[in-house]
Amino acid sequence: MKALMFGWEFPPHILGGLGTASYGLTKGMAQNGDMDITFVIPKPWGDEPKDFAHIIGANCTPVVWRDVNWDYVQGRMGNVMDPQLYYDLRNHIYADFNHLGTNDLGCIEFSGRYPDNLLEEINNYSIVAGVIARTIDFDVIHSHDWLTYPAGIHAKQVTGKPFVIHVHATDFDRSRGNVNPTVFSIEKDGMNHADHIITVSNLTRRTVIEKYGIDPAKVTTVHNAVEPLSEELLHVEVPPKHDKVVTFLGRITMQKGPEYFVEAAVQVLRKMHNVQFVMAGGGDMMEKMIRLAARRNIADRFHFTGFLRGKQVYEMLKASDVYIMPSVSEPFGISPLEAMQMGVPSIISKQSGCAEILENVIKVDYWDTNAMANAIYSILQYPAMYRQLKEQGLAEVNTITWDKAGAKVINIYRSLL
Amino acid sequence: MKAICFYFQIHQPFRLKNYRFFDIGNDHYYYDDFANDEIITRIAHRSYLPANQVLLDMIRENGKRFKVAFSISGTAIEQLEQYVPEFIDSMKELAATGCVEFLSETYAHSLASLQDADEFVAQVKAHDAKIEQLFGQKPKVFRNTELIYDDDIAQMVHSLGFKGMITDGAKHILGWKSPNYLYAAASTPKLKLLLKNSKLSDDISFRFRNSDWSAYPLTADKYIGWIAGLPQEEQLVNLFMNYETFGELQPRESGIFEFLKALPRFAAESGMQFLTPSGVIAKLKPVGELSVMHPISWADEARDTSAWLGNILQQEAVEKLYSIAERVRLCGNRRIKQEWNYLQSSDHFFYMCTKHNSDGTVHSHYSPYESPYAAFTNYMNVLSDFMIRVEQEYPVDIDNEELNALLLTIRNQETEINNLKRQVAMMRNNIVKDTTGDFAPEGENKKRTGRKHKSK
Repeated sequence: MKALMFGWEFPPHILGGLGTASYGLTKGMAQNGDMDITFVIPKPWGDEPKDFAHIIGANCTPVVWRDVNWDYVQGRMGNVMDPQLYYDLRNHIYADFNHLGTNDLGCIEFSGRYPDNLLEEINNYSIVAGVIARTIDFDVIHSHDWLTYPAGIHAKQVTGKPFVIHVHATDFDRSRGNVNPTVFSIEKDGMNHADHIITVSNLTRRTVIEKYGIDPAKVTTVHNAVEPLSEELLHVEVPPKHDKVVTFLGRITMQKGPEYFVEAAVQVLRKMHNVQFVMAGGGDMMEKMIRLAARRNIADRFHFTGFLRGKQVYEMLKASDVYIMPSVSEPFGISPLEAMQMGVPSIISKQSGCAEILENVIKVDYWDTNAMANAIYSILQYPAMYRQLKEQGLAEVNTITWDKAGAKVINIYRSLL
Repeated sequence: MKAICFYFQIHQPFRLKNYRFFDIGNDHYYYDDFANDEIITRIAHRSYLPANQVLLDMIRENGKRFKVAFSISGTAIEQLEQYVPEFIDSMKELAATGCVEFLSETYAHSLASLQDADEFVAQVKAHDAKIEQLFGQKPKVFRNTELIYDDDIAQMVHSLGFKGMITDGAKHILGWKSPNYLYAAASTPKLKLLLKNSKLSDDISFRFRNSDWSAYPLTADKYIGWIAGLPQEEQLVNLFMNYETFGELQPRESGIFEFLKALPRFAAESGMQFLTPSGVIAKLKPVGELSVMHPISWADEARDTSAWLGNILQQEAVEKLYSIAERVRLCGNRRIKQEWNYLQSSDHFFYMCTKHNSDGTVHSHYSPYESPYAAFTNYMNVLSDFMIRVEQEYPVDIDNEELNALLLTIRNQETEINNLKRQVAMMRNNIVKDTTGDFAPEGENKKRTGRKHKSK
């Protein structure tokens, strides 16, 4: 079966969980065999893994005819894709896009991030999708998150092939209810056109059904999974520490509920003294949180690390005794699974999608700072609690693999063909 | 003549309230009174009281040919006395018929038999004293918490003077043998063993109203037919179950009470009799000895103690609890002793079980907690506070060995004093008998006791 996937991020150049999930799912589907996946991203860097999906860069797809020779194309984009594909794509330009401002290869430039002119970039992405859909052969279209819904709709209109969207998050999660009308309308449009909708949790499934008014029959939950960590990451070195460490790791935004973590810390510190609390990550609420910690008089025990990258994330986890994710609304939330892989006992909010599948974690309501503090205390104070969560958590998370999720997605494809 | 031996278990633990780590050292009240009241009252009204009435009617109608045995834990009795006193009256009425036998067990329905022999003995005595005080019967047959049994427990139970014990007919112990005989314990053959017939017991307590079951609907006629159809040599059918089977697990609407009521008639028609465990031990001879190396119980698929001691949470909690056993027994604070009993109920550890599949469903059905982790956290917070209180009585800087030595001295002194007293009494007698008027022996008496002291 051949699938054409539209995504926005792909490892190693990722900005959030979307890239990790898209990658894991693609790989998991490939492991089930008999899958030929073409993955379109705005701006490949050339170091993306290519062994189980063909990567097409939107910024390598011509939309204006330029007369360029093979060697020139090879020199410009040979590290990303085969020049022959460039010529095939060039033969399928379907309209005059000279007004768009293209480069020497007739391609549109993409940032591949979340720039201020995001809407324009989304639109350009869907123009490019038209060229790609006309060029390559596929059975199913699969769009990851709202940024790529317009591209998927376009591909469906051109080819009439079944269209699946994968909802990794909705704007209701990102905004605690104050949705951006433009984003909402793009999401809603995508859901209306989709032949099937895949959500990453039942929580998100309910949002899709209730907030977007979608027929429940065409919405299916496929929970995310995790990639096994490399030996190198599992055994990162961390300096010895004297105190227990409780860690919040993620963007410091409204969606992640950082203030509840501070309040729980205040309670724990009233009873225990040898504990450090760490808020790792960056975000628009960081300064507010620094002020809150200072106002509560715990600044000496409460630390901010700023944004962590790559290996730093795993060093932070390795140094932690408790991982906590008090998200107000989390469609899935892959990071507690990573914490469990690193053998860190985890506390997650019941409002997180991953709470639906995890057993060996502590689940609390995000607003229940009492219960949160109690759980932190229990893990730090009672060795058996720590060991049980560490060992059983590790055993559990090792069973949550992408090939199972991939198989479910393939079944959904089959039902549409 | 085949015999049916009914035994019902009544147990409720004192459930703990939501006890946060902040409360440690500050709040010394641990129980969720509302839940305890609500649960025992509901179960008593839906199950215990109507079932008692049915049993009473059955005994009256069948001219005392119908007999049953009960085992009621001390914690359950306390709750019933407090919240449903009419149940105690109703039980006394049943006891007065002479057709009801009360079994012995640990007061708190605890795991003491596996952890602490001294504690076990103390709890059994406390329980039996309570039963005797309320129902005027001294239990002669022992039923351990959740039918936990092994060779060592058998020896302890026998040394306490019990004639028999009831336990589970676990398949991995019986092998090809049938539970429908009386057995003896391999470690102390004088102790007889009655084994639960799991299939027939669970037909009533779990499958009775299951309409997917091939034998549904189960009638008394059919059920007695099954028992009658057992091989001729198998003379005994032990039906052990929770009392809340009647009315709670199998609600009134399922017809469970009518089923129960109809049993004696069909049993009589098939020439069967009802016996209490003591009756069984008096009438039947054991056919063989059973050796049980590793503890068994009637819980979960595995029929072992993993329901309470299966994971490290449970092991830690139990270990911490019994680490202070000695100190608690030493102390004279009645409040602490009472608390100590309540905290030992096996239920607290049952809630911490992390098994999944069908066993997990059973555990979470009974658990007042959302997860085993919540159960552990709450229990440990309470235990931490309790340990602080015990510590205040006996500081930690005296280590257990020192404490043991002290304890030993105290115990020895007690026996010593008793010995001496006896001697003194004996001598007094001698003096009185000595009518010669010579009062010298008094001095001699002093000398003797003095020598005794020196010899120590």
